[in-house]
Amino acid sequence: MNPAFSVIFLTTLIGAGQGLFLALFGAELAGFGGQAEAERGFLVNGGIVVVGLTGLGLLCSFFHLGRPERAWRTATMWRTSWLSREVIALPLFGGGAFCWTVAHATGSGGTLAIGLLTVLACAGLFICTAMVYASVRFLQEWASAFTLVNYALLGLASGCTLATALAAWGAPGLVPGFGAAALVFTAAAWLSRALSLARNARLKPKSTLQSAIGIRHPQIAQRAMGFMGGSFNTREFFHGKSALALRQVKWGFLLTAFVLPLGLLTLGLAQGSAAALGLAFGVQYLGLLAERWFFFAQANHPQNLYYQVIS
Amino acid sequence: MTQLALVIDLNVCVGCHACVTSCKQWNTSGSAGPLVDDQPYGKDPTGTFFNRVQTFEVGEFPNTQTVHFPKSCLHCEDPPCVPVCPTGASYKRAEDGIVLVDYDKCIGCKYCSWACPYGAREFDEERKVMSKCTLCVDRVTSKTLPEAERKPACVLACPSNARLFGDVHDPASVVSVAIRDRGGYPLMPEWNTRPANHYLPRRRHDAVVHAEDLVRVDNPLKIDGKQPEAPQQGPGREDYAT
Repeated sequence: MNPAFSVIFLTTLIGAGQGLFLALFGAELAGFGGQAEAERGFLVNGGIVVVGLTGLGLLCSFFHLGRPERAWRTATMWRTSWLSREVIALPLFGGGAFCWTVAHATGSGGTLAIGLLTVLACAGLFICTAMVYASVRFLQEWASAFTLVNYALLGLASGCTLATALAAWGAPGLVPGFGAAALVFTAAAWLSRALSLARNARLKPKSTLQSAIGIRHPQIAQRAMGFMGGSFNTREFFHGKSALALRQVKWGFLLTAFVLPLGLLTLGLAQGSAAALGLAFGVQYLGLLAERWFFFAQANHPQNLYYQVIS
Repeated sequence: MTQLALVIDLNVCVGCHACVTSCKQWNTSGSAGPLVDDQPYGKDPTGTFFNRVQTFEVGEFPNTQTVHFPKSCLHCEDPPCVPVCPTGASYKRAEDGIVLVDYDKCIGCKYCSWACPYGAREFDEERKVMSKCTLCVDRVTSKTLPEAERKPACVLACPSNARLFGDVHDPASVVSVAIRDRGGYPLMPEWNTRPANHYLPRRRHDAVVHAEDLVRVDNPLKIDGKQPEAPQQGPGREDYAT
């Protein structure tokens, strides 16, 4: 597939937002932010970041649409379409996080109840976002439980890293807890992404040129795709980069999304360096952009069988 | 229940692209508005088509066959592109099984094109909506066109009658008979999309020409002595009972 940057930013931004909210709410469940004004202030600031990331992600998603003015229609087919369900879950989560933040800011109480509902929306959003891709059975690289696990773990990892960096400035008492969570989720995401890479490397395409045109002969070659200019089919479904570039992006994201953040987190936690923790999130987010680009680029659509040779 | 469909005979398709151009002509002139043609005379032309003819070479030289392969939406009976649409713009008509896009509801998210293994959908860069073969729904359901012209434009244009049109659920229709009698098959059956369109396979025609059949025994020019007589032949093939 040809990676769409609107979708890359959407999925990585909301993933980090979801992970951050879960970290903040986890801290609240652990008794943080009860009475002290400064602690509540940290949760409010964190909540603003969550709402900001989610809103930014939502904004990015509009750039993917040909007709953004009709976006309201997308909520209608939730019975059959995971994309429609994601469109419902996203504002539910963002709205929940907003209410939770406002409740903390005004001290109106009920933050636990609002937070629990938002956690449900957050889990729903993780599932919907991943299922948008995992439910396309023609893209065998995506059609796996790994897609779901990876989206959740990568979101949790980046969110917890961001929470650690924020805590280093706003609530140093939370740094060890958030830091441990960030280390665990980053390591788990590394493992699960590596397993999914291994799975995808072993995939055998279900469709062949033989089944595509229905001729049983071991040797079939396309001689013309029917036109000499480009078309939607030649643009949308192939990334247009070399195999070498793809490999470089793969090793690049394995390094920047997992290895470097783990190192920087360890360094930041050991030395109490807020800068290292902030850098850890920055590096990891860039790595996740590359990871998402690779996720799209690696998916090989069977329609490409019909578009191999210009003439 | 009716399921309108095309049956394409790969045995007689000559790859002339008449179905491509007639499809473009009809569908760019309709009430839905023109199909985009971006820089048609420029360096990098691109445009939206509902139908393409591709060419494949089967086998290894010198034992090769050139197969011209027209490809459009297959109007699947279980279309994977329909349930994924978040707005309901993609739908399958209950009355005749045609898979359509409601251009007024489509938001252009392209998700349906990801969910089609055949690459049958093409995004219209000017209208910013997804577009696809309509099986010329405006022709086949027309009340004003003469009865004989209520067929898709591609079917009417085909000079070798490689494209048949009809209801594949009616066992007596021309398409059902063709599928049944001539080994019609669907594309990519591994995905269980149950395409309504079928293809008829290539058939090998082995015409064996014997050397003695090339010489006309009762050539009047030779009987009249105007050309030298053929040398006396031994018993020919017809002299042996088979």
